[in-house]
Amino acid sequence: MTRISMTVDGVRYDDDVEPRTLLVHHLRNRLGKVGTVVGCDTSNCGSCTVLLSGRSVKSCSLLAVQADGVDITTVEGLAGRDGELHPVQLAFHESHALQCGFCTPGMIMAAVDLLTENPDPSDTEIREGLEGNLCRCTGYQNIVRAVHAAATSMRTSVPSTPEAAGAPAPSMGEEVTT
Amino acid sequence: MIPAAFDYVRAEDVRTALTALADGGEDAKVLAGGQSLIPMLRLRLAAPTLLVDVGGVGELRGVRDDGDALVIGSMTTHDELMNDALVREHAPLVAQAAATVADRQVRHVGTFGGSLAHADPAGDLPGVTLALDATFSVMGPGGARDVPASEFFVDYLTTALRPDDLLISVRVPKLPGWRTHYEKFQQAAQAWAVVGVATAVRRSNGTVDEARVALTSMGSTPVRAHTVEAALAGAPATADALAEAAGRAADGTTPMSDGIASADYRSHLARVLTRRALEAATG
Amino acid sequence: MTVTEDRAGREVGRDRRRKEDARLITGRTMWTDNVSLPGMLHLAILRSPMSHARIDGIDASAARSMPGVVDVITGRDVADVQGSLPCAWTVTPDMAHPDHPPLAVDEVRFAGEPVAVVAARDHATALDALEAIEVAYEPLPAVMDIEDALADGSPLVHQSLGTNKSFTWAFDSAEEGTGGDAAAAIDAADVVVRRRYVQQRVIPAFMEPRSVVVDPTPDQITVWSSTQVPHFVRFFLAAVLGTPEHKIRVIAPDVGGGFGGKLQITAEEFISFLVAQRLRKPVKYTESRSEAMLSAHHGRDMIQDVDVAADRDGTVTALRVRLLANMGGYLRLLTPATPLLGRYMYNGIYKFPAHRFECTGVFTTTTPTDAYRGAGRPEATFAIERVMDDLAAELGMDPVELRRRNWIERDEFPFTTVTGLTYDSGDYAAATDKAMGLLGYDELRREQAERRAAGDRVQLGIGVSTYTEMCGLAPSRWLGSLGYAAGGWESAIVRMLPTGKVEVLTGTSPHGQGHETAWSQIVADQLGVPFEDIEVMHGDTRTSHKGLDTYGSRSLAVGGYALVEACKRVVEKARPMAAHLLECDPADLEFVDGSYRVKGTPGASKSITECALAIFAAHDLPDGVEPYLDADASYDPVDFSFPHGTHLCAAEVDTETGQVRLRSYVAVDDIGKVVNPLIVEGQVHGGVAQGIAQALFEEAIYDEDGNLMTGTFVEYTIPSSADLPDIVTDRTETPAPGHPLGAKGVGEAGTIASTPAVVNAVVDALRPYGVTDVRMPCTPERVWQAIRNGGGRP
Ligand SMILES: Cc1cc2nc3c(=O)[nH]c(=O)nc-3n(C[C@H](O)[C@H](O)[C@H](O)COP(=O)(O)OP(=O)(O)OC[C@H]3O[C@@H](n4cnc5c(N)ncnc54)[C@H](O)[C@@H]3O)c2cc1C
Ligand code: FES
Ligand code: FES
Repeated sequence: MTRISMTVDGVRYDDDVEPRTLLVHHLRNRLGKVGTVVGCDTSNCGSCTVLLSGRSVKSCSLLAVQADGVDITTVEGLAGRDGELHPVQLAFHESHALQCGFCTPGMIMAAVDLLTENPDPSDTEIREGLEGNLCRCTGYQNIVRAVHAAATSMRTSVPSTPEAAGAPAPSMGEEVTT
Repeated sequence: MIPAAFDYVRAEDVRTALTALADGGEDAKVLAGGQSLIPMLRLRLAAPTLLVDVGGVGELRGVRDDGDALVIGSMTTHDELMNDALVREHAPLVAQAAATVADRQVRHVGTFGGSLAHADPAGDLPGVTLALDATFSVMGPGGARDVPASEFFVDYLTTALRPDDLLISVRVPKLPGWRTHYEKFQQAAQAWAVVGVATAVRRSNGTVDEARVALTSMGSTPVRAHTVEAALAGAPATADALAEAAGRAADGTTPMSDGIASADYRSHLARVLTRRALEAATG
Repeated sequence: MTVTEDRAGREVGRDRRRKEDARLITGRTMWTDNVSLPGMLHLAILRSPMSHARIDGIDASAARSMPGVVDVITGRDVADVQGSLPCAWTVTPDMAHPDHPPLAVDEVRFAGEPVAVVAARDHATALDALEAIEVAYEPLPAVMDIEDALADGSPLVHQSLGTNKSFTWAFDSAEEGTGGDAAAAIDAADVVVRRRYVQQRVIPAFMEPRSVVVDPTPDQITVWSSTQVPHFVRFFLAAVLGTPEHKIRVIAPDVGGGFGGKLQITAEEFISFLVAQRLRKPVKYTESRSEAMLSAHHGRDMIQDVDVAADRDGTVTALRVRLLANMGGYLRLLTPATPLLGRYMYNGIYKFPAHRFECTGVFTTTTPTDAYRGAGRPEATFAIERVMDDLAAELGMDPVELRRRNWIERDEFPFTTVTGLTYDSGDYAAATDKAMGLLGYDELRREQAERRAAGDRVQLGIGVSTYTEMCGLAPSRWLGSLGYAAGGWESAIVRMLPTGKVEVLTGTSPHGQGHETAWSQIVADQLGVPFEDIEVMHGDTRTSHKGLDTYGSRSLAVGGYALVEACKRVVEKARPMAAHLLECDPADLEFVDGSYRVKGTPGASKSITECALAIFAAHDLPDGVEPYLDADASYDPVDFSFPHGTHLCAAEVDTETGQVRLRSYVAVDDIGKVVNPLIVEGQVHGGVAQGIAQALFEEAIYDEDGNLMTGTFVEYTIPSSADLPDIVTDRTETPAPGHPLGAKGVGEAGTIASTPAVVNAVVDALRPYGVTDVRMPCTPERVWQAIRNGGGRP
């Protein structure tokens, strides 16, 4: 067992884990963060995408121990404390960018990351920027539309700092040890 | 899937990493970004008994200007390679090829050193280091040594690294006056290269003075297309001459036939892509 | 009653944003794998690494004694109780239908077949234990190819059958009286085009791997399953395993895609159920992606020999189709029926005077095939649309012109085709003209000619696909006459609560189709209540116990109308109460905008929600009115619906590398009345994407030993956002007289239409090179090979 500590969606967790535990399983099974899902075993589908220190990663391809000491944002931590949706979440809803919704948590996190780096991406930049996330339902077209819409709303409503785009909600000062 | 159990050491620095590796024996493995290793562990295609995590070793990360070369730390991520100002200026081929690796998420975590140590013949960066005549700085229990790129890639997924070695950094010569291009052919955006061609060309007036061509996925290791290079040395930088030289790109290679492509098709692609890469690097 | 007409258009037809999104975009979803119960054990399944072998013995003692392992169960342990996985469709009386044990007992017949299951305290331990199980396999010869399996001396998949043939099903229009003699017409024809098309094996690849949780309590066994068909699962668990049906509750919570791939009764469901019963503990099984690729059924995998005959002027005179369909190692729920579901559509939208069709189902040592988006109809549409293009090329005609000459004209409906189906409606010219305009067909043809003349490295091809399909599965009587075990009706229950809010229980089981939204729109219009006041519940056999689930583009066309009927009944049930409150005769009331109004007396009205409260209070109920306001209705369609449309695409083909790039794609679909255009557009996008994927990217490949070479997403190439084009969608709308809602169904149209459009475009680009076909998927290498073998030059 290895002792790790990480902040997930603003809450700090300290746990002993088996080194072989994948980050996504730690999130789902130990921390109850079941909003992040697993769709493959070869790092291809991106359903498990979370932000690690603000950048997108595939949480199925990291060990929980590799995420010791870092800040993680999952789809569950994206909305504001009052439940106000993140512009990317809202845009996915408005643009009908999801059907079954299984790819959606990962897709949203990947889009948040993309917009952090490129606040005004072209169609091609969006399509290539999301190449690590597979969706079997939508054909991607409405996802591309949603990312454009989110980009526009983020550019016009909030300063385009990394914090505004992708950083986790501020810590609520809770500590959880399991 | 979940990996088989293993022990885990988080290395503080190069020395503790080397010690842990030496103690771990044959079945110890370095864990860099994990983007090649963890999928293999998940599918239980590999089952090391010990992982030595070098993710926290700061001295392995980053890019340094060393006069006539850049020294790129092995733990520098693909994303950093793409965006690093020094790399973009002095080794644009590395930045260009790194941008074609996998996807954003993988590039945020996967490392230069991991790619090279993994030595997948379809990997994009091994061929690039070969074209650039890079030198690999390796540290083992017996001390440090330098391995030229031409000797680093030994076979399929096999390098000159011994199990208890650590790849520290890669020295990439700056090539002032050269132009480079990486041409990658994929079946789908997320897929590995069916064939890739890394080129570097130095020309004066209408003549090619020197050209280097390295091929990805044309054998069990990346290979230099020496016959193309020889044909280009001193040749006019015309479309015909480039095409003529590129026509020899597959000479002496031993491409695989696999589920992705036949050897025949790979050879054909090598010729076409080499021509395109040379056109881009001379155009 | 004119309820529908009065309310039409207020909610129905609006592009409402979906209700279900709220939980899906915030990660508050209930996937089966999220279910966690106290004391729950985790299962891992040992699967055969061989495609065909005898099991000589299994030694699980080491695994059993590992810490944390509760039990290891083999096929032999449950041989007497595990039954056989069901096949619901006996397509011919003599169909060979071997047992399909959930856990193999003596023999395995495809790589990935379950042979043992471990129950352990946690998932990692269960997986570790798999490695400690020793199975002695005696390898048997494998056979993966359909024609090899039919050849003399082929290894037999099921020794006891003495053959690899499951069935042969034939139809001849001369014998059935629906048309002439196809063979004679072909012999007499001016022109005959004979083609062999190969429908490669593909994998549905829903994004959510399948998962099942079983909780056996002394009262009831609850099963959560990632399935399209909870009602079927309950029925078959009861029917096969003998647990009384009322003791089983099946819940399909949020389900992450299906595409037919979860229209199945799975070995994993049976195994989990058996283990839970045996250990009297809740269990969870969640497959990995690589298990899903092996074990969830595959789709397509057919060889199509197609002969089309025509006069010199392009009038078609006969169509003959011989189909060899790969069943895989066993028959699953709809395995034999899948190729036959397409048999009515081989004639497409054309007036063929003579037709012969024959289909043989063949066992091989591969994963069983079954329904995949469109189930038989994409294959049929592919064959006819490809061969019409080839015929046009043969005759030197424009492919659209050839189609015009042969399709059913709008004033010819209803039209009984040579296969015996009666198409109720359609306007193929309208859809085609619209699509051609949107694509810029004529300009592209000009550009194509220029590129050909210039010998451009990148050539341009234009692909045409004009399709119709039969959907809205299905009239129960029709299903019964064809040997299907179940019916095709659908049901809905609508209840208005005392506060005027509405609960809807539907028998459909959506997994991405947005029924919660679309059903709310329908109910809002019918009852005149706000969209937000409606809650739609589905996928739980305890609450929505009557239903036949979601597949075959049936939910709206069939389930939607049941819902309208249930609403109408609610309106009728509250009418006496309203009349009582308004002190008038019920017949004097009209129901408008959620209120009963006294005809001719402005201002005298009662809302249905007021009636609901009065009914609930029951202080003053008129005679015969019960103290709750709900109703129940079902609908069994009288016939299929026939959506149609025209899809066109322009493809650029790099003749040097063989790479295909789709430059533009236009989909004009006629799907009847649209409840929610946003959802419809999404269905078309997704369907087209899957069709393009079959045309260009995906193929399940076995090596000569029967190992699946494309067992992960590394080798099985699902296209990403960077690989697909934007799709221009539009619609035409011809009324569907046979359908009370006027909705025809859209779930599969995109998939059906797009595959031939894309391949036609690729072939069209390369005809000057002597290319007449490229096998799917049209990978760069295949295209390059086709150019090399074509022998032509532009
Ligand atoms: C979906 C996907 C797509 C991909 N596509 C591409 C692609 O198109 N092109 C491409 O080139 N790559 C691709 N990759 C691989 C990617 O480049 C990996 O990041 C890289 O190969 C491994 O880097 P890593 O840091 O993650 O190494 P790890 O996975 O941690 O290690 C890989 C191997 O190298 C060894 N190793 C790592 N670092 C050292 C060191 N410093 N010293 C000694 N040994 C070391 C490890 O022991 C291990 O054996 C893809 C990966 C994924 C998951
Ligand atoms: S589950 Fe992580 S990439 Fe598929
Ligand atoms: S919405 Fe179903 S996989 Fe993307």
